Amino acid sequence: MSAPKRVGQHTIQFANPPVIVATASIVGPKEGEGPLGNTFDMVIDDSYFGEETWEKAERKMLEEAVKMVIAKAQLKPQDIDFLLAGDLLNQTISANYAARTLGIPFLGLYGACSTMYEGMALAAILIDGGFAHHVVAACSSHYDTAERQYRFPTEQGVQRPPTAQWTVTGAGAVLMAPVGNGPRITHATIGRVLDVGIKDPNDMGSAMAPAAVDTIVRHFQDTGRGPVDYDLIITGDLGRVGHEIATKLLGEQKYDVSKNYSDCGILIYDHERQDTHAGGSGCACSAVVFAGHLMGKLNEGRYKRILGVGTGALLSTTATQQGESIPGIGHGVVIEKL
Amino acid sequence: MTDSTRQPGPPKKPLTLAEQVKQQKQTYDQQAYQRLADSVKPRPRVIVNALNAFWIGGIISALAQIITLIFASAGLNPRDAASATVIVMIFLGAFLTGLGIYDEIGKVAGAGSIIPITGFANSIVAPAMEFKREGFVFGVAARMFTIAGPVLVYGFIVSVLIGLIAYFLK
Repeated sequence: MSAPKRVGQHTIQFANPPVIVATASIVGPKEGEGPLGNTFDMVIDDSYFGEETWEKAERKMLEEAVKMVIAKAQLKPQDIDFLLAGDLLNQTISANYAARTLGIPFLGLYGACSTMYEGMALAAILIDGGFAHHVVAACSSHYDTAERQYRFPTEQGVQRPPTAQWTVTGAGAVLMAPVGNGPRITHATIGRVLDVGIKDPNDMGSAMAPAAVDTIVRHFQDTGRGPVDYDLIITGDLGRVGHEIATKLLGEQKYDVSKNYSDCGILIYDHERQDTHAGGSGCACSAVVFAGHLMGKLNEGRYKRILGVGTGALLSTTATQQGESIPGIGHGVVIEKL
Repeated sequence: MTDSTRQPGPPKKPLTLAEQVKQQKQTYDQQAYQRLADSVKPRPRVIVNALNAFWIGGIISALAQIITLIFASAGLNPRDAASATVIVMIFLGAFLTGLGIYDEIGKVAGAGSIIPITGFANSIVAPAMEFKREGFVFGVAARMFTIAGPVLVYGFIVSVLIGLIAYFLK
């Protein structure tokens, strides 16, 4: 009945934990000015990245990030068995069009802002399952493409509520292999879609927090671990509001995460200086913070074991306009520097 | 929504007691969560926002008044001076949108810069600029009224209603 690589009810424990050989991150100017600015591989100085449209700029960032991660691992595109990628735009055009030029066998993903972690979990499954040698997981988002798709034209003079989050402009890519130097992915706890009835698309932190908490609690139950077993527990883009709710909800379940729990959406911007309200969001938020900041700390040995939870708000403008509430998801991945 | 407006389907079975309990618990949980979320959420700064809306909206209105007075002193009758002012204000709103300034004003002013006619100009020019890349027909022309359209539709409806009321009260 029970599969050999599973532990507990919902968690995968990899037999030969796949290695994160290299990561690459490209961000926009605002992210470059943020507190993590010097952890990224490349900061573009113009949100058009030399292209005519923001959509093309986002696609180019994703393409460049994938090429960069392959070059960093001293490989060629033909050495890569699978590219797993996604983004926020309708029909995930950034990923699809980037894959068109890259020529790597491609599986498109959509997990909203949880896409990076969904990709890393699937890449680890493909590698540990023996189906692939090198897999690249990548994703992108862009403030302006997201604004014009989900909200208002960018020049529209509107006031954002304090719970609103700022979509990160950037692209992150992670290259994984069965062997090599680098941190390893030891576990993955796949998220369940939870809906707590939040309907305000300007308050995605509240909509996603319960899903992240559900994944973290199931992960602890399955592995018999607790918050003390991790140097850091980090969610993708709950922002200030979602982070506080998640801390409270975990506290209610007797998990004290007050010392070692953070959120990529809080880390990426300077709250005082950058006018980003509740923090960052978007696929690139967790992707570039992982590829830059977290990967750096893991390689330095500052963090030995972290639990990253990519969080996604699975809404669409159509569903929101029809009065539907916002379902959330959180995928947990354990990354360990052995 | 009443049942008569729904798609035809199998007749609805009454819920069992267990289902009712489950449904009520779900509603209760959602309400409890909403209270938790509300307790955490930062409050919008209502007083500061209202003050900002007041003084920026006031400046826009005062500017329009000055322009009206200039037109009037140049010899236009009050009605023509008002029309000319509207034209100038729409131009200013559109111009500042094009320069990328109006959205910065709107961030601070909120309704203070949305309600004057400059805000109406902004709501038409912003999507027109934004969707130029999708072409002049389905981009600029079709999207131009995504924000202003509802204002026009309900503006027309209300003006028709008021016209009818005025007609019958006469």
